[in-house]
Amino acid sequence: METMVQREITAWTALELGRRIRAGEVSVTEALKAYLDNIEQTDGSYHAYVSVWREQAFQRAKQVEQELKEGKYADSPLAGVPIAVKDNICTKGEETTCASRILAGFRPPYQAEVVDRLLSAGMVIIGKTNMDEFAMGSTTETSAAGATRNPWDTSRVPGGSSGGSAAAVAAFEAPVALGSDTGGSIRQPSAFCGVAGIKPTYGTVSRYGLIAYASSLDQIGPIARSVEDLAAMLEIISGWDEKDSTSVSSEYKYTYLDVIEAVKQAFKDEKDRKELKDRNQGGDIKNACPPQVLAGLRIGLPKEYFGEGLDREVKKCVLEAAEALKALGARLEEVELPAIKYAIPAYYVLASAEASSNLSRYDGVKYGYRTADYEGLQELYKKTRSEGFGEEVKRRMLIGAFVLSSGYYEAYYNKALKVKAVIKQNFDRAFEQYDLLLSPTAPNVAPRLGESLADPLKMYLGDIYTVAVNLAGLPGISIPVGFAEKDGKRLPVGLQLIGRPFGERELFQAAYAYERWQKASGEVKELFAEKAEGGQRDDRERREADESKSTI
Amino acid sequence: MTERGGKQMRANRQYETVIGLEVHVELATKTKIFCGCTTEFGGEPNTHCCPICTGMPGTLPVLNKKVVEYAAAAALAMGCTVTRRCRFDRKNYFYPDLPKAYQVSQLYLPIGRNGGIEIEVEGKKKVIGIHEIHMEEDAGKLVHDPWEDVTLVDYNRCGVPLIEIVSEPDMRSAEEVIAYLEKLKLMLQYLGVSDCKMQEGSLRADINLSVRELGAKEFGTRTEMKNMNSFKAIARAVNGERKRQIELLEYGGRVVQETRRWDDNKDTSFAMRSKEDAQDYRYFPEPDLVPLELGEEWLAELKSRQPELRDEKRARYIREYQLPAYDAGILTASKAIADLFEETVALCGKPKEVSNWLMVETMRLLKESEQEPEEVSFSPKNLAALIGLLEEGAINRTVAKEIFEQIFRKDVEPVKYVEAHGLRIVQDTGALGEAIREVLAAHPQSVADYRGGKKKAMGFLVGQVMKETKGKADPRMVNQMLLEELEGLE
Repeated sequence: METMVQREITAWTALELGRRIRAGEVSVTEALKAYLDNIEQTDGSYHAYVSVWREQAFQRAKQVEQELKEGKYADSPLAGVPIAVKDNICTKGEETTCASRILAGFRPPYQAEVVDRLLSAGMVIIGKTNMDEFAMGSTTETSAAGATRNPWDTSRVPGGSSGGSAAAVAAFEAPVALGSDTGGSIRQPSAFCGVAGIKPTYGTVSRYGLIAYASSLDQIGPIARSVEDLAAMLEIISGWDEKDSTSVSSEYKYTYLDVIEAVKQAFKDEKDRKELKDRNQGGDIKNACPPQVLAGLRIGLPKEYFGEGLDREVKKCVLEAAEALKALGARLEEVELPAIKYAIPAYYVLASAEASSNLSRYDGVKYGYRTADYEGLQELYKKTRSEGFGEEVKRRMLIGAFVLSSGYYEAYYNKALKVKAVIKQNFDRAFEQYDLLLSPTAPNVAPRLGESLADPLKMYLGDIYTVAVNLAGLPGISIPVGFAEKDGKRLPVGLQLIGRPFGERELFQAAYAYERWQKASGEVKELFAEKAEGGQRDDRERREADESKSTI
Repeated sequence: MTERGGKQMRANRQYETVIGLEVHVELATKTKIFCGCTTEFGGEPNTHCCPICTGMPGTLPVLNKKVVEYAAAAALAMGCTVTRRCRFDRKNYFYPDLPKAYQVSQLYLPIGRNGGIEIEVEGKKKVIGIHEIHMEEDAGKLVHDPWEDVTLVDYNRCGVPLIEIVSEPDMRSAEEVIAYLEKLKLMLQYLGVSDCKMQEGSLRADINLSVRELGAKEFGTRTEMKNMNSFKAIARAVNGERKRQIELLEYGGRVVQETRRWDDNKDTSFAMRSKEDAQDYRYFPEPDLVPLELGEEWLAELKSRQPELRDEKRARYIREYQLPAYDAGILTASKAIADLFEETVALCGKPKEVSNWLMVETMRLLKESEQEPEEVSFSPKNLAALIGLLEEGAINRTVAKEIFEQIFRKDVEPVKYVEAHGLRIVQDTGALGEAIREVLAAHPQSVADYRGGKKKAMGFLVGQVMKETKGKADPRMVNQMLLEELEGLE
């Protein structure tokens, strides 16, 4: 009986859970327990978390419960709702490692601004999620804590770098999570795990307390199982922060839930009208054409994003979704972004350059890992850094140091900056004619473990549809739009919508209209049913396989 | 001709020294450049720092607007073109005193460029070009503990704002270098941008120096000299390096481009690192800070608020206070003294009298105690009170000088001091008359001498009366009464 209730609790969206907590149907502690039980049952298989805050979370849950009774969080729809936080976001007094050996045991004496905002909204942090080391990677395999597995097929990766956050949400181990996105790190794992994720416009969410990979591209954003939850989350975490000079002023603080409400209302009005009409004419309501909630919305499909290298089934799913948007009233046209083919090299030059500088501070002098034996300063540096960083991180730091070095700066770094500017112009021009751009989130479904790291260049090419959005500082959302069948398993496919700077409202409008019409979240529920039946046996096998793995 | 190392010394060549300076100045902001920590000098190690200035992961810099204001004020005062859209860059290198492993500085778009400062040496005026002024953050400090044989890091200075003022290679002698530095220091002090205390490291100068044969078009190979902690050391380092380079060339050697460290105790320098070891700093634009837009209006407003600089002040002292040019020059040679002068005059008037106390007594005491004018610590109200006592005739000048020493050292209140030590002039003519009569009785020979025409004896007798009254008598009155007594007795 209890598990039935718990199963229900974790099946709700975050907003639904928030509503029930507020109504007194479920307590904050019960909600937390339901999720912790799920983690207990299945995270041995998925390894979405690097740390689970059992004790602290229960304490916090009790506190929020009390505060809710005292009338606190009156305007906060997600008060009492648990949330998972990516391990590159600083949590005061709690280990924050970026899934790297070099930050083993690091407990920041300060809090990330987003974490403060979650707490002010009454949310309960359930733990820290796994990631590619320092967010460098597209698979969550470069983590020093070991790889995370895709809940849809544990022989596959969840994507990355926010793979732990996406997997936790997909596996019902958290209702919502925070990720960070430098070149696709929220959108791509969301696509691979069949959940929704948004990378907001650069500057929308404070980066204070986000451990930097590439400062000019990093942006924190939410991952959830519904577009509505994403909107609620972004309302909580966005807004100017005096501690981050690149955060945009409060005139760009927007509301998002009202957009969702408007779409809901449009659906309802349309349904009422249809019902009236159908009653009068005796027609069948099921065949009704969808309401034209996206009438007037112009969507461009970049030609370059549907060309070579795109998986046939992924393409089919995405184009079907595009048709659905058309049916909802949007106008779809092909558009050209000629400079986009240079996005990947430009991205890897710029991101690696910044990374090489950002990661130089980890030297064993002040905090984190220090090599056991050394003589003199040079050896302290050399051994600490050689032992503390993983291969992918070292590769990018080397690339970065190279492109910034004297004699190469112009040829690489500066040229990449110019490419960045041209790409931005391409987008600006496209947005003169279109409100949104539509593409697949990734060219393929989630690859098998080990496949990507064997060929890093191929892995980098997997970022083809996402990196340009970071270079241009634009908002991008990934939503689940169906499945592609691979080796007898159904694997999720994601669709990406790209907006103008601060065009998150249009993104939510289109994404929510689609979700509402397709009930895509129904597909996600199937996973839960599968898990409830056959999950236990699977877990044991997984856990045995994981035992040999290294930990931080 | 001398031989050394098989090479012949060249004959009678004349050399010219070419010098450019890189001057780092700590700005006088209350807080650091990117966080709210205090910039106060000293303090227990690692007590003036926070997660931001120690570069903890995830923290971000927020620019202190006052730093930009001070840097722009300096740039304007030095006639630089202010970069309207300037930005910060990262200078990357590993060292334990640099916790982020990069220094936030300005390479590509410094706040000021192409300025100049006029100096005067031996009556000749000359403009020293300013190549650029840029803003940056200071690093921490390594402290070696010889007992434990460990090196410790103190991050207190991390993130203290600096401007680096890079001159053109326009100086030709140690005298010009010192004149340039004096002028620079005064200008920054007058602007209130920095206290320029070399002892505390808030002004540090590196010397770029090369020599070439007189008349040569090309510059010689230059060296960079560091670690001079006074203007005198800088002058010695300039002359020492000039001599070293000329000797090298004279004996057929060549100058190696390198960084050298001046050892003032040994009056010589040592090579630190050569150009080949020079680091590649991999500069790139700092992505955590947005470019800085300096508006026309803001700059105009800043310019209008610019305080009176030295030359203007000197002219005003001559005009407004009718001070001799000499006085005005000395008083304005230090902002601290000029401030003291103006504050004291505001209290008691008498500009010439105030000037005398500052120019003569204060300077003498400073020299005696080996202090800089900036270290003067007495309050203008006490100097004003002392001048008041003199004016009233309550004390004589000898006593006043004695009290001034106490003011200089302990900032005593002169009125209280005079009362406590019974230094008020003896106005009681009865007591004075008695003292005079005693002196005359005790020195009949002197009285006889005076009467015999040796008027000099008068001086001796005045001195004896002063001694008798322990210096408290008014010398004019002593003179007058003595005269009456001597003439009367006749």
